[in-house]
Amino acid sequence: MAAFARQCLALAEMELRKLRHDPTELATRALQPTLWLAVFGEVFTRIRAIPTTGQMRYLDFLAPGVLAQSVLFIGIFYGIAVIWERDLGIVHKLLVSPAPRVALVLGKALSGGVRGLSQGVAVYLLSWFLGVGINWRPAALAGVAVAILLGAATFSTFSLIIACIVRTRERFMGIGQVLTMPLFFASNAVYPIAIMPNWLKVAAHLNPLTYEVDAMRALMVRGGSSIFGLGLDFTVLLAATLAMAAIASRLYANLVR
Amino acid sequence: MNIIETQALTRRFGDLTAVDGIDLSVPAGEVFGLLGPNGAGKTTAIKMLTTLLPPTSGRAWVAGFDVERQSARVRAAIGYVPQLVSVDGALTAYENLLIFAKLYGVPRSERRGRIAASLEFVGLEEAAHRMVRGYSGGMMRRLEIALAMLHRPRVLFLDEPTVGLDPVARQVVWQRVQSLVQEFGMTIFLTTHFMEEADHLCDRVAIMNLGRVVALGQPEDLKASMGRADATLDEVFAHYTGHQLDNGGNFREISRTRRTLARLG
Repeated sequence: MAAFARQCLALAEMELRKLRHDPTELATRALQPTLWLAVFGEVFTRIRAIPTTGQMRYLDFLAPGVLAQSVLFIGIFYGIAVIWERDLGIVHKLLVSPAPRVALVLGKALSGGVRGLSQGVAVYLLSWFLGVGINWRPAALAGVAVAILLGAATFSTFSLIIACIVRTRERFMGIGQVLTMPLFFASNAVYPIAIMPNWLKVAAHLNPLTYEVDAMRALMVRGGSSIFGLGLDFTVLLAATLAMAAIASRLYANLVR
Repeated sequence: MNIIETQALTRRFGDLTAVDGIDLSVPAGEVFGLLGPNGAGKTTAIKMLTTLLPPTSGRAWVAGFDVERQSARVRAAIGYVPQLVSVDGALTAYENLLIFAKLYGVPRSERRGRIAASLEFVGLEEAAHRMVRGYSGGMMRRLEIALAMLHRPRVLFLDEPTVGLDPVARQVVWQRVQSLVQEFGMTIFLTTHFMEEADHLCDRVAIMNLGRVVALGQPEDLKASMGRADATLDEVFAHYTGHQLDNGGNFREISRTRRTLARLG
């Protein structure tokens, strides 16, 4: 058991050390959330086009959605990194190490979580700068951190599964695009579920991103609340992570066929 | 007891039989080479022995453990240097070694010492804290050897260890491999398509073509079987593979090999 944890943490440590060597990636990844919040968010706040529940300003409503979106994008990008030629030899080495497949997959999921957390810091700073009413209480911050970790873990493992199935970069590019946008728009990231047409509501209820955003909305901004309840949110996220990890463990070895 | 043993080891991919019923026995401490052109099945064979691929039929045992039924124990006993670059360019050599030391369960008290010893063994102590991205091809291969020997495995598998290396770097790698045998008593199983590598390094060589072992023996004996005093391994090879030119390989393998060469060169 201790060996298992040590192996997972070793993989996450790999990611942390890479980030330490090259933190500029954090800055470039902050560009998209900046556009969403500073441009889209500001404009739509002004024109009051999207009705948010309660008295919340649209920008405050959007910020957690943007956070979840940037974590989603990082997660989906993760799969490509795995099948880039430069990392394939490393995958060989990992698969020949004594670490069980599950440990490798969970370690990778944790690495995705680490990247997600660094993104979270960027989005928080950006939101605060734009005047979003951030909830700075430690318990709230911790809750968001857990939501980020689980969300990033879910989507980066999902991305890993796609990579294991398609195995080439070209095919992955095609599929990656097809999956990311629908996941994002079939959720409550940018608009509340209440105003969706019924078919979209159904899709949103089946989408782990919805629950991630719901938890973040409750915890990130002052006056935020959860529609589904934090208990359900975190349960869904945890279950999604474990389900993805289980599938990925079976498929991981396909990468080296 | 042989440290590597295969029995009618076979691997099929759909219609293609990549490895066709090979029987190999490698005693401990030997340097054994699998020699053959691209597409001969060497990499597939080594993948089966390192538990990366399950056999379609037949069996194999490494360090006494069945590669299919006891794969975890095989992995704990072997080291592997794949053909593709397997070190992370975004980290330093030291960090690469540290992560793998943790993955392999090297006890914390021994980690520093082992890492230092491995770095010294391959001559990378001074470059240890530089980013691997800036390493030459030879340095990368030496780091890969350091990584593979970190947990003192009984068997070391090397897939085309000197492809893309300049002659000097290649000599260094050969010396290190020989030292591994002399100092640690490791068994070495390597694949190559370079005759002089097989000739120089290997105690015994199996020539593989189209998935089958077509010749097996000590390099000197194989050369002697040509009936001339000055036969080269090239001629032996051509003889046993029937002077065949392109057996094929596939586009992905070849472009991948070229990309590896580009990174190492």
